[in-house]
Amino acid sequence: MNFGALDLNTVWFALVGVLFTGYVILDGFDLGTGVLHLFAARRDEERRVFLNAIGPVWDGNEVWLVTGGGALFAAFPAVYATVFSGFYLAFMALLCALIFRAVAIEFRSKHHSPRWRRFWDRSFAFGSLGSSLLIGIAMGNIAWGVPVDARGEFAGSFPGLLQPYALLMGVTTVALFAMHGAIYLVLKTEGELQAHVRTWINPLIIAFILCYVLLTLATLLYVPHVTEAFRREPWFFALVVLVVLAIANIPREVSRGREFFAFLSSCAAMAGLMAIFGVGTYPYLVYSHPLPEHSLTAFNAASSPKTLGVMLTIALIGLPVVLAYSVSIYWIFRGKVRLDKTSY
Amino acid sequence: MSTEVLARLQFAFTISFHYLYPPLSIGLGLLLVAIEGLWLKTKNPLYHQMARFWTKVFALTFAVGVATGIVMEFEFGTNWATYSRYVGDVFGSALAAEGIFAFFLESGFLAVLLFGWDKVGPKLHFFATCMVALGAHFSAIWIVVANSWMQTPAGFHLVGEGLHARAEITDFWAMVFNPSSMTRLAHTVVGAWQAGAWLVVSIGAWYLLKKQHRDFARASMKIGLALSLTASVLTLVTGDRSAAGVARNQPAKFAALEGHWETGPHARVHVVGWVDAKTETTHGLALPGGMLSWLAYGDTAAPVTGLRDIPRDERPPVNFTFQLFHLMVGIGFAMIALALWASWALWRRTLENSRALLWLLVISVLGPQIANQAGWWAAEVGRQPWIVYKLLRTSQGLSAVVHANQIVASLVMFTLVYLLLFAAFIFLLNEKIQHGPDETDLSPTGKLALGFKPAKGGPA
Repeated sequence: MNFGALDLNTVWFALVGVLFTGYVILDGFDLGTGVLHLFAARRDEERRVFLNAIGPVWDGNEVWLVTGGGALFAAFPAVYATVFSGFYLAFMALLCALIFRAVAIEFRSKHHSPRWRRFWDRSFAFGSLGSSLLIGIAMGNIAWGVPVDARGEFAGSFPGLLQPYALLMGVTTVALFAMHGAIYLVLKTEGELQAHVRTWINPLIIAFILCYVLLTLATLLYVPHVTEAFRREPWFFALVVLVVLAIANIPREVSRGREFFAFLSSCAAMAGLMAIFGVGTYPYLVYSHPLPEHSLTAFNAASSPKTLGVMLTIALIGLPVVLAYSVSIYWIFRGKVRLDKTSY
Repeated sequence: MSTEVLARLQFAFTISFHYLYPPLSIGLGLLLVAIEGLWLKTKNPLYHQMARFWTKVFALTFAVGVATGIVMEFEFGTNWATYSRYVGDVFGSALAAEGIFAFFLESGFLAVLLFGWDKVGPKLHFFATCMVALGAHFSAIWIVVANSWMQTPAGFHLVGEGLHARAEITDFWAMVFNPSSMTRLAHTVVGAWQAGAWLVVSIGAWYLLKKQHRDFARASMKIGLALSLTASVLTLVTGDRSAAGVARNQPAKFAALEGHWETGPHARVHVVGWVDAKTETTHGLALPGGMLSWLAYGDTAAPVTGLRDIPRDERPPVNFTFQLFHLMVGIGFAMIALALWASWALWRRTLENSRALLWLLVISVLGPQIANQAGWWAAEVGRQPWIVYKLLRTSQGLSAVVHANQIVASLVMFTLVYLLLFAAFIFLLNEKIQHGPDETDLSPTGKLALGFKPAKGGPA
């Protein structure tokens, strides 16, 4: 396909963003369920309800990360190479966490011994917690900027990644995913368990808002290249307003018993947060701090226009089909969780 | 150890462990389509019971495949950053296509396959099973295309110099249909069919030995053996075509596969042997005549390039490549023989009385697994010292900023985690096998029961 004068670099910046947004919205509630697993579900049956709430969908949700990673590799190979090799130990820890999260869901209920189940319950919880935290820390570093040398290679260290701003972003992400997961769980559970999960929502919203306010202040004070984007284009603040309204709408919908709308609000808030992240960092994919001239952008780190065009064709054919059957599959598994013999 | 050795060790370990599982998903996926198709056609509840049981085995292999697969996608960037920058324009697009076209399809419809039995009708469930199998096959397509491009690069040009050099796509379809991709894809897929088919045969044979679940075991054996026989013969055909392609496109690898030193006609094939790279000789049992020339070019007098005509610093580790290749070929022929023998015994109804044959079939599951691993190792080791053939050396593809001690840390982590996963997987698979097919599955429930009357008799 010929895309004429279309700015393919910006389109792919946005598309990679869309894929990662899909990931955090969808796997976000899986990971949030994991974070709450040990605390909000006590009895074996309750834990099985939690696992089966995400059972049919978590696998497909994780594919958004795989595809996002693949798209990053294809569209911005220099970014993929620099970030993945630069954040080596952090990514290895993330892989470890994701592996335990995945197999724990699959293995946990296949054997009856309490010790077996306890081990995989913990694997699921700590795998989910670790993944959420590390994803947040990675995003925090991308927003803050990392040292990049003249070759375009990461010039920092692993301890350097654990700086306060990135850790704050990590904690914020955990709070956000836990909130999102709790809302999803209210949607999928009923009775006593639902009532119990419901009590978690407001504290989690408050925790998230506290983190988010701190994070915003830190961004305004210490991350000038992100605030610069908002100074240049003040209408971006509409996104912030959207996020605030979406978050504020959640307790309202929950108290009215309209869990589905609460969940949609939570999804909208996450999409808004990712959009803020995107417009705030554009055109930087890896902002070089302290030497901005070494930054990797959507233009200097991209693949050839030919490849970006081929990939866009692939995405335009593939994504609508993926969305169509994903929605159908969510529709098939709508409603409350009922445990049966195919359940985890 | 150097970062290069460590990075290669880690990649070899993680990909080899991962590759125990996707072939099972591909092979079992195809068998699930056959079994469920038979159930829809014959309405025999035995096929429903089989579909249920093999779906559970499928779920187990799929889970570990997914968990270890995500590692592979990250590892190009973490350990092979220079390679990633160099090939991203080409290789990345195949990987992204794999995500969009294969993984979403596979894992999306997996939900319906695993949890949808009582939620959707039989036809829709069958459709989901077909989509999962199709997705599994699609995933093979894109990753083999990407790997084949590293073996026989095509459809690209080089841009930039030194640190900034990279390959860029000039012709997407030439990249996809590069000289080796289709033959290698065919060989990989039929090898995967064997992995799934022999697992089914192996478990079926175990039940027959133990005289348990005999109707189930007999029916599973029949379907499993049908695919084993077909796939093992196709493996030979596709392997022959693949090797002939290697002779044309990668002469150094071809010479190493056979330990062939002197360029010339009437090149020989070794059945077994030992290559001494120092004295540049190969000892062993060789077939007479120009078999190698004939296999490569269909003519015993055709000259085959020998390793002496390959510069020393462009030769792969010869003996290792030779042994891996011969291990694969040896097992390949053994699987054909075993499939023929077992099919004959099944046809003559003597299979259940032959304990020796049943025992052989029980361990047959290891055959395709070892051969698939050995084959991939031969393909990858035989490409050395190149990571992208004739373009980029493996030693040049590493991550500049990752140090040896970091790789040691991650290698230790992967070793411990994967040992744990493997132990848990074997434990659960064994438990599933000991538990056997569920008697209650002989009567479908929920929406699946609609329009299904219990049939009389078994399929045998």
